[in-house]
Amino acid sequence: MNNTQTNYGYISIFFHWLAALSIFALFALGYYMVDLTYYHTWYKTAPELHKSVGIVLFALMLIRLIWRYKQVTPEHLASHSTLERKAGKLIHTVLYAMIFIIMSAGYLISTADGRGIEVFELFVIPGFGAFIENQEDLAGLIHKWLAYVLVALALLHALAALKHHFIDKDNTLNRMIGKRQNTNNIR
Amino acid sequence: MKKHIAKLAIASAFATTLLMPVANAADYVIDDKGAHASINFKIKHLGYSWLTGRFDTFGGKFNYDPANVSASKIEVNIDTSSINSNHAERDKHLKGNDFLDVSAFANAKFVSTSVTEKAGGKLAVAGVLTLHGVSKDIIIDAQAVGEGKDPWGGYRAGFSGTTTIALTDFAIKMNLGPASTHVQLDLHIEGIKQ
Repeated sequence: MNNTQTNYGYISIFFHWLAALSIFALFALGYYMVDLTYYHTWYKTAPELHKSVGIVLFALMLIRLIWRYKQVTPEHLASHSTLERKAGKLIHTVLYAMIFIIMSAGYLISTADGRGIEVFELFVIPGFGAFIENQEDLAGLIHKWLAYVLVALALLHALAALKHHFIDKDNTLNRMIGKRQNTNNIR
Repeated sequence: MKKHIAKLAIASAFATTLLMPVANAADYVIDDKGAHASINFKIKHLGYSWLTGRFDTFGGKFNYDPANVSASKIEVNIDTSSINSNHAERDKHLKGNDFLDVSAFANAKFVSTSVTEKAGGKLAVAGVLTLHGVSKDIIIDAQAVGEGKDPWGGYRAGFSGTTTIALTDFAIKMNLGPASTHVQLDLHIEGIKQ
């Protein structure tokens, strides 16, 4: 369950893949829903689903962040170069930051008039109205363009993992799909 | 005594002048500062109800002479990004390129070309409406509501008007369905005489 010096625990792995799945699903849904025609069955449902999943992901990301700070971070593989270590660390930080900024911007679009956000018709996250003029427009621009950048960076992150797996043939990706490594055969 | 009569005559002549209705052409500025004017719109939602909204920011001026109405002129400028339908998500959509594309077309404008008096005190205000980058002739069915001195030393005249425009006439591409192809504009204008 817990992270070790050499391996990610199942909880960290679960959070990682849940976030990955949710983010790509949210991106696809968001991309799809904005061009739906008015009489489309999903015209009203798709944004409601997008917001509900987004709020739940926000909560999960907060828990994930807390978990991350409470856990040891597995060390870099010995075969990783200094550049790879630095680039990896930077991109992870940027990914985390962007996810939170995008989710906050999404919240600021929907709550700019003081309305709350209904989550799966179960409960409502309160809205606090506009903090700046034309908040829904500015937040909308940030939400949209950072989402494109996030997805591009996430793909880069995935390509880097595949590069480690297939070209470097190291355990970078194996660690994140739960293949346990012994301390003595890290390469 | 003669002196007194003369004074009285002058005084009454003066008073009569003051009391006479002012019937000269005059320039008015629309009282958007005091918000005694509004540009509202309504469009059918699915054909089941009216959705209403307004433009919060606009300004304009008109020239009006009750004795020579056909010489009247009006010009109104509207900040399209001030559209307000009391729903931020919808307003964002209305400001986007499915509707008004306010980043490209920040202003809408109406400039009258002619004013015609109709039966029953109605006015037909013809002019060019520029909206979403498209300029098109429209006619506003208007009427004078009233005019006179205000209690604070000014003089005001007010009008209301209505017109209906087709979304496609102004190249607005979102299709809201067969019952919602047109939007009605309801204008309430009060001007302060300059």
